[in-house]
Amino acid sequence: MTLAIDVADLSKGFGSLQAVDHVAIQVEEGHITGFLGPNGSGKTTTLRMLCGLLTPDSGKGQVLGLDFPAEAERIKRQTGYMTQRFSLYEDLTIEENLAFIARVYSLDRIHERVDETLDKLGLRDRRKQLAGNLSGGWKQRLALAASVMHEPKLLLLDEPTAGVDPQARRDFWDEIHRLADEGITVLVSTHYMDEAERCHDIAYIFNGRLIARGTGGELIAQSGLITFEAEGERADRLARDLAGKPGIEMVAPFGAALHVSGTDRAALEKAIAPFRRDPWTWSEVSPTLEDVFIQLMRTHGGQEENLAA
Amino acid sequence: MGLSLSRIAAVVAKEFIQLVRDRLTYAMIIGVPIGQLLLFGYAINSDPKHLPTAVLVQDHGELSRSVIGALQRSGYFDVVSAARSQGEMDKLIERGTIQFAITIPGDFTRRVVRRDDPQILVEADASDPAATGGAVAALAQLPQYALMHDLKGPLATPSATGPPFEVVVQRRYNPESITSYNIVPGLLATILTLTLVMMTALAVTRETERGTMEMLLSTPVRPLEVMIGKLTPYVVVGVIQAAIILVLARLLFGVPLEGGWLALAIGMLLFIVGSLALGFLISTVTRNQLQAMQMSVFYFLPSILLSGFLFPFRGMPVWAQWLGTILPVTHMLRVVRGSVLKGVGLGDQLGNLGALALFVLVVAGLAIKQYRTTLD
Repeated sequence: MTLAIDVADLSKGFGSLQAVDHVAIQVEEGHITGFLGPNGSGKTTTLRMLCGLLTPDSGKGQVLGLDFPAEAERIKRQTGYMTQRFSLYEDLTIEENLAFIARVYSLDRIHERVDETLDKLGLRDRRKQLAGNLSGGWKQRLALAASVMHEPKLLLLDEPTAGVDPQARRDFWDEIHRLADEGITVLVSTHYMDEAERCHDIAYIFNGRLIARGTGGELIAQSGLITFEAEGERADRLARDLAGKPGIEMVAPFGAALHVSGTDRAALEKAIAPFRRDPWTWSEVSPTLEDVFIQLMRTHGGQEENLAA
Repeated sequence: MGLSLSRIAAVVAKEFIQLVRDRLTYAMIIGVPIGQLLLFGYAINSDPKHLPTAVLVQDHGELSRSVIGALQRSGYFDVVSAARSQGEMDKLIERGTIQFAITIPGDFTRRVVRRDDPQILVEADASDPAATGGAVAALAQLPQYALMHDLKGPLATPSATGPPFEVVVQRRYNPESITSYNIVPGLLATILTLTLVMMTALAVTRETERGTMEMLLSTPVRPLEVMIGKLTPYVVVGVIQAAIILVLARLLFGVPLEGGWLALAIGMLLFIVGSLALGFLISTVTRNQLQAMQMSVFYFLPSILLSGFLFPFRGMPVWAQWLGTILPVTHMLRVVRGSVLKGVGLGDQLGNLGALALFVLVVAGLAIKQYRTTLD
């Protein structure tokens, strides 16, 4: 396998806050790697360092075969970066925005490229519309199209679908997979579990440290988590009775059902034994990625990460 | 629904917290009034004294010395140069080195003794009427006492015959002391300052505020490219503004446009670019548009008050004149007045143009150095 990103010991501090703390990050070429972690865990800082927007305090390696961070400018040229917040010009039209991007990258055939991009987006008819008037979902698709106009080999997406409706998110992800099929390597940060499941690989960062890496299945297997699901009349209300019992590491309602997880099977079964009765029925299920992430967060330091946001 | 005091209090408290937390704004709220009050309170003087004066003395008698001594004692005239010819004096006044040129003719003593209408000539650079007003008023009193000690005994004049000599005042460049002749060209410099500095400061800060700067920085655009690209449209804006002001000055206020167009054009271009670069520099320091606005105003106030635009430059104490000299508006005002009112040529404006060029270089250099290609 070839690594599009292979950087070790990546660090960045802002004052007393260590935003990214000696992270080693590897992304396989042509893969979509999901970059997960709670708010303030250092995802955005990491992405910004990788595309040269921030100067790392430490960190060495290669990105796209180029020396990181020495060749940051050359890396920049082959990287597409999409910011968390819509960062095209709201007071320019869709077409003007695309033409601007094409020019600052000194691309050839600007007209044709803009037209092609508009066609791909299906926005040819709305080309004269101000970008600021687009809906959230369209803005993100436009931003994505703009960030790949210069045909980058690497695409860094910072929570690209935050606040976007499910249909638009699905369209967006279809597009990301199309790009990956064309050979672009994608590193995408997200909070959505369904999106994490759409990634080839997952990297989980917490408090500035990379704490888990692998495919979704691998992460679930590595977690050693056992999960039981309770169904039946208002099973979710059992949460209060079960939380904190020895052997139970996590209790999470899923609609009217309840997921109870732990790593010690015997203790877990003992804890739920008193509730194995009518009107509830229990069954063992596979833990979800969300269960795994919440467990990762818990075992690596409780809730303190929310302070660092 | 009635007004609720507690809701108002909640809003008040919130505003105060936000105000104090925005450190730059906070510093400006406290610092700007104090600083500017002290600065302008001490610096501004609408009755300037000790104005630089050149004398051309063609009569080396006792009486001439007395007249010059009396001029000095009035407090308004500082004789800084003794010219040897009328041409030399003209040069000095054109360049703005002196405010007054005083000629004592060769037959002065003889005429005083003979009571044959003796006169001395005072030429004033009246392009700014406010700067010369007090001094000219003092001249009216001069003949009464200047020769009091000299004209005794046989030379004593009976008071009934009036003062022993006459002072002829010639106002040059603005003979009728029309204030608008001075103010309107001055506005060219100040209006450009306000609009251009603020416009660029806001334009760049807006990108940071809206997040588009992050996108811009992730592209291969270089800082100098961003700066040139951002400033060029505003250079056009500045040139259009300048043209409008000059045309209106001519049409509405009848300001004489004497010439010196080349110096004016070069000066204006340097001034426009310098002001824009300053706006760009401001934007690299400020984080939001409000701060950018405040900083621009902070710069604008001394520009009108210490540059010689509203108050005579020579009326300010030396330290304030030094501060004024740092401001590009001061030099721009001299270029504009020199061209529009005096019609002086490029050669006599080189000092001011050089100062403007230096300003452009320093500010643009700082702006480039300050501008970050990263978000650090």
